[in-house]
Amino acid sequence: MAAINRDDVAHLARLAHIEMSAEELDRMAGELAVIVDSVKSVSEAAGDDVPATSHPIPLTNVFREDVVGHTFTAEQSLSGAPDAYEGRFKVPAILDED
Amino acid sequence: MSTDATLSFEEAMEKYDPVLGFEVHVELNTKTKMFSSAPNVFGDEPNTNVNEVDLGMPGVLPVVNRTAIESSIKIGLALNCKIAETCRFARKNYFYPDTPKNFQTSQYDEPIAYDGYLDIELSDGTVFRVEIERAHMEEDAGKLTHMGGSAGRIQGADYSLVDYNRSGVPLVEIVTKPIQGAGSRAPELAKAYVAAVREIVKNLGVSDAKMERGNVRCDANVSLRPHGRERFGIRSETKNVNSLRAVEHAVRYEIQRHAAVLDSGEPVIQETRHWHEDTRSTTSGRAKSDADDYRYFPEPDLVPIVASREWVEELRATLPEPPAERRKRLQADWGYSDLEFRDVVNAGVMDEIEETIAAGATATVARKWWMGEIVGRAKNADVDPGQLGVKPETIVELNKMVEAGKINNKMAAEVLDGVLAGEGTPAEIVEKRGLAVVSDDGPLLEAIDAALAAQPGVADKIRGGKLQAIGAIVGAVMKATRGQADAGRVKELILERLGVEG
Repeated sequence: MAAINRDDVAHLARLAHIEMSAEELDRMAGELAVIVDSVKSVSEAAGDDVPATSHPIPLTNVFREDVVGHTFTAEQSLSGAPDAYEGRFKVPAILDED
Repeated sequence: MSTDATLSFEEAMEKYDPVLGFEVHVELNTKTKMFSSAPNVFGDEPNTNVNEVDLGMPGVLPVVNRTAIESSIKIGLALNCKIAETCRFARKNYFYPDTPKNFQTSQYDEPIAYDGYLDIELSDGTVFRVEIERAHMEEDAGKLTHMGGSAGRIQGADYSLVDYNRSGVPLVEIVTKPIQGAGSRAPELAKAYVAAVREIVKNLGVSDAKMERGNVRCDANVSLRPHGRERFGIRSETKNVNSLRAVEHAVRYEIQRHAAVLDSGEPVIQETRHWHEDTRSTTSGRAKSDADDYRYFPEPDLVPIVASREWVEELRATLPEPPAERRKRLQADWGYSDLEFRDVVNAGVMDEIEETIAAGATATVARKWWMGEIVGRAKNADVDPGQLGVKPETIVELNKMVEAGKINNKMAAEVLDGVLAGEGTPAEIVEKRGLAVVSDDGPLLEAIDAALAAQPGVADKIRGGKLQAIGAIVGAVMKATRGQADAGRVKELILERLGVEG
């Protein structure tokens, strides 16, 4: 059984900006451990002769030529913005005064 | 904002040994972004050089810019790095409004270039080797402007405005290994290193390399340890160090601050510091924390990059002359002495002089203007000479006016001030300010006659062949004409008047 404790889940939740209750943290710690174990079993299927890969398709060097394509107008860019000001996205300030 | 205690630099050096490390971000000057076909252009209307990829819309797919890869390989080669046979991109996950995707596409465990070095020549000719850990590719983030609160700083800002034009601009981040043994020359080495990187990428033609535009940005890591101790001290990382002078000042300041912290018996806090050009000091950013847990993982939307040895060698063959060799050649071409040339390099105006010569000035004229006029003005204005805004064409035009006898050197300097103050072109300023060498002999002769009459003894000496005495008369004439006379012509006229052969 993989060691995923409640603190790990709380840490991940914080990093992912997900609000979780105490009860959810407890439950997820157990569920995540099972999921990690399940994923682990995949690596057991691969022998030592199979190199690790991050991509399942043996494709490399998919490139685009350096040629300018389409762009948005400011209005288009901002069309889904919750708030905007003078052509720019308006967002809450992230840090408070020290 | 509290002011941190500092020790004098000399005392800090007596007690401690500095270790440096740099992360230099270089913006590539490709026509398009790293992963999208939106234009990579500085300074346009906000949020217009973007498309769905740069805005991180759901379901979009990035596609790698071939030219950006080639530029990155060229940078790696110029830094004497090995080029990875295969490498891949990774996601660096964090929530901040500068990246709409909530991750930055970067490289993590497989940088495109690694294990290089750069030999840095200090002002006295000492060569110091800086080892390069890696150079990896990534994309730039959007630009945040903090509104309200205290003067554009994020602390206390009411809200922030985001422009994603810079989002997705190709970056190469060059990371050094810890730099040891620089001692009291650490600040100078810091500046020289960043200058060398900037020079290399500019020379390669892969970046516009304008620090004032953020094309080359430096994060400076500094730590101190007692002399003789091998283990490194705790480091701080100073961000936002965006001019060569600032790099030198920031490293010096952090050495002095760390020394005071260590002297007080406290540990240095591992944290980000923000550089403030106005106070020439740093303030605390955030401490390293959870937020730095970026959970890198291989970017599933981009396939690996394979740099075949043939491709790498093809690119190597296109590399221009390295800057150090270029310097040797330029010095020979321009005919400057070692001292003259070193002064030019140390003043940071070699490129500017080269551009000025390309614009039509002679090597002597270009040096006279940059070293004689512009470097001093830049010092007064507290900026790098290249940032003062003097165009090569302006120098060429001013020099033409001087050579044609329209204005003298003193006036030319005045016109340059006018150009820098935004009053117009040299010709317009000359016109507007009524600057012109008095070339009509009439008023000159009047002034000469008056000066000769006022100093009859001097006039006699000149008549008697003591030509060096002429200076007194020339001086009086220049004074009478408020400096608007051509001194050469005045001399001729005086001799003519006195009937003496020059």
